[in-house]
Amino acid sequence: MARMKFLCDAERCIECNGCVTACKNENEVPWGVNRRRVVTLNDGVVGAEKSISVACMHCSDAPCMAVCPVDCFYRTDDGVVLHDKDLCIGCGYCFYACPFGAPQFPQAGAFGLRGKMDKCTFCAGGPEPDRSEAEFRKYGRNRLAEGKLPACAEMCSTKALLGGDGDVIADIYRERVLRRGRGADLWGWSSAYGVKPGAQPPVQQPATTSGKS
Amino acid sequence: MMRLALVLAAALAIAGCGEKEQVVVYKQGKYQGKPDNQSWANEPLPAEFRGGTWKQGDRTSWEESIKKRQLAQHEHRRIYQ
Repeated sequence: MARMKFLCDAERCIECNGCVTACKNENEVPWGVNRRRVVTLNDGVVGAEKSISVACMHCSDAPCMAVCPVDCFYRTDDGVVLHDKDLCIGCGYCFYACPFGAPQFPQAGAFGLRGKMDKCTFCAGGPEPDRSEAEFRKYGRNRLAEGKLPACAEMCSTKALLGGDGDVIADIYRERVLRRGRGADLWGWSSAYGVKPGAQPPVQQPATTSGKS
Repeated sequence: MMRLALVLAAALAIAGCGEKEQVVVYKQGKYQGKPDNQSWANEPLPAEFRGGTWKQGDRTSWEESIKKRQLAQHEHRRIYQ
């Protein structure tokens, strides 16, 4: 098996925050901790608005693992990056290292006491007996041990957010892109960054004049 | 005595030419926490909980089960076929 990954289709995400709610509900995440959130670019601009759901990406070469001073991170055989909360000292190094802002720190008290790190577990729990009360309390539900996928991906109404084996979800996305019928323009450099490097910018067509003038 | 002083002076002079490696070599840390179970080491849930079905301890059957679940996200295959 390849590695468990999330893939969010920005063409489909409608910023409903269903994934955020599903995650909160499934794992009973405390107030102020957002394991998953939806980021929107060009909010309110007609035709240019794009949303994407972001959580821990379970990196193959995770920077959080590299910087942790107490080595509390580990990777499961399915490629899910998890951590041991009993070992975490809440230093916040992982938060600075993570390019996605995935590590979250519960805050309490008048002076914002920082607790142990909490992050998306790909609904795979943590280093406690699977499906036990202790695991649920510390890490949330272990859906992988129930033969299920993360709640956020399974609850996504538009199926913008896909979760699972990287190879399988990449195939789903690829087929989806092909069906959209915009061919190679939908995926690749020109869709992501505009024109190809070194290419000339597209020639602007003169605006058609209306019948009134 | 003079010879000893010369040898010491030469040794000191040569020591100044030496250069120690100043690049820090980071070592990959090793997980220090508690061991975790594998997902397939558990029993499947009773049917009413709508979980996957696999043989306890058999990774391949668990992977097959989870793959079926993954393909359910593929609405083109799920709805149109």
